[in-house]
Amino acid sequence: MNIDWAALGTVFGVSLVATVALVGLFTLGIVGLSKQTAAAASGGSAPAARTGAYACFALCAAAVAYGIFLIVA
Amino acid sequence: MEHITLLLGIVIVTALVFDFTNGFHDTANAMATTISTGALKPKTAVAMSAVLNLVGAFLSVEVAKTISGGLINESGITTEVIFAALVGAILWNLFTWLIGLPSSSSHALFGGLIGATLMSVGASGVNGSVVITKVLLPAIAAPIVAGIAAYLATKLTFKLASKTDEKATAKGYRAGQIASAGLVSLAHGTNDAQKTMGVITLALVTGNVLAPGANPPMWVIVSAGVAIALGTYLGGWRIIRTMGKGLTDLKPPQGFAAQTGAATVILASSHLGFSLSTTQVCSGSVMGSGLAPKGGVVRWSTATRMFVAWGLTLPAAGAVAAAAEFLTGQGTWGVTAVAILLVAGSGAIWMASRRKPVDHTNVTADDLDFAAAPVPAAEPAGVVTTAIAAVTPPPAGAFPAETHSTTGDLKTTLHSPTPDPARPAASV
Repeated sequence: MNIDWAALGTVFGVSLVATVALVGLFTLGIVGLSKQTAAAASGGSAPAARTGAYACFALCAAAVAYGIFLIVA
Repeated sequence: MEHITLLLGIVIVTALVFDFTNGFHDTANAMATTISTGALKPKTAVAMSAVLNLVGAFLSVEVAKTISGGLINESGITTEVIFAALVGAILWNLFTWLIGLPSSSSHALFGGLIGATLMSVGASGVNGSVVITKVLLPAIAAPIVAGIAAYLATKLTFKLASKTDEKATAKGYRAGQIASAGLVSLAHGTNDAQKTMGVITLALVTGNVLAPGANPPMWVIVSAGVAIALGTYLGGWRIIRTMGKGLTDLKPPQGFAAQTGAATVILASSHLGFSLSTTQVCSGSVMGSGLAPKGGVVRWSTATRMFVAWGLTLPAAGAVAAAAEFLTGQGTWGVTAVAILLVAGSGAIWMASRRKPVDHTNVTADDLDFAAAPVPAAEPAGVVTTAIAAVTPPPAGAFPAETHSTTGDLKTTLHSPTPDPARPAASV
């Protein structure tokens, strides 16, 4: 019997960090966008929130691209 | 292709049928939460998943070198063994679909191969310790890993978005969920269609049609991809229902966290050398994100039945495959008998499913009464019937209608009142 604890541990750690980081980023993006929408509704604008949101979404898109790369490779 | 014998022809068709059941059994993995949170309409969701499965089948050139992952000694494998294994796997897949339980199609195939090998060459053909490290341990690890990841991610996303309007963010969450579900579908097509290609290729090699080590011919790749896509498009609505609504109730943020967690765990596990079943990962992440919000609840009675089904997958598919292998060993009439039994068994299960049909129109309905769905007598193999008696009655049973209209705090009171001996094991 040869249980690969190292591989299991790595999978656990990587999955945990990546999931939480991605979901966190995406949520920040959503929150940023909703701030922008709220600001627009009251006649103003929130450029920082908007830029930050797009940066978050870009990072998430990069993660998805990396995922597709992993599937193909 | 002129050398293809009747038996080989039957095996190829059977392998494609298995691929098809694999597709509709696993649609739920990618699309159950997407459908239940309303991110996509049911038909749109399965169509998208089908296309991505088809694409996935063509993406990778890395054909499964070994169809059993070292579980059995494949050097002495015969065409009859492959046939018997597929019969066991198909019947188990159809049966778990009938009772609406998500279970691993790969494990069903492994079980079939083990059972058929045990019957044909005895215990020496099976690698016992690999069974533990490749099947049992991952079955325990997958829901824990995916569940914890999805649980923490859900907590985080609720905390970060706590000050925003729920309606304003729901659209964003749904978009994110669709992306994650797409990744799961793509990965599924690549892995599972490859598996069928591996099985057909191995059958062709054992039938001396292909040279050992040959790549699968184009028609094998195309037919395997099409079979899994068709199965996915048909949609295993019963399982989608269990995963999307039966285990817990998900809001868009939870659906997004669950699906992202599942996609991450699947990709991480398949690329870091510790393969986890897609089905078990997705079930785990759904439960994790279901538990995360305040008052979040998982229906442990349904979850327990699902865990029991996971435990039974290997022995049940193995028992059917062993019986099938015993019959095919009797000669041509035996092979014919197995083929007829397979068709009859599948037909009986399908007939039983028509009594309480679940399709895209009622997959997210609240008051579907499942009570009369399981008809174990329809299963032709007595061994399985007895074994499966433990997992009936079916999941996703009629929840009290108020479960879906009350707030999260009230849901806690709807916890299954029956003391469940398996609950400690299930509360992972």
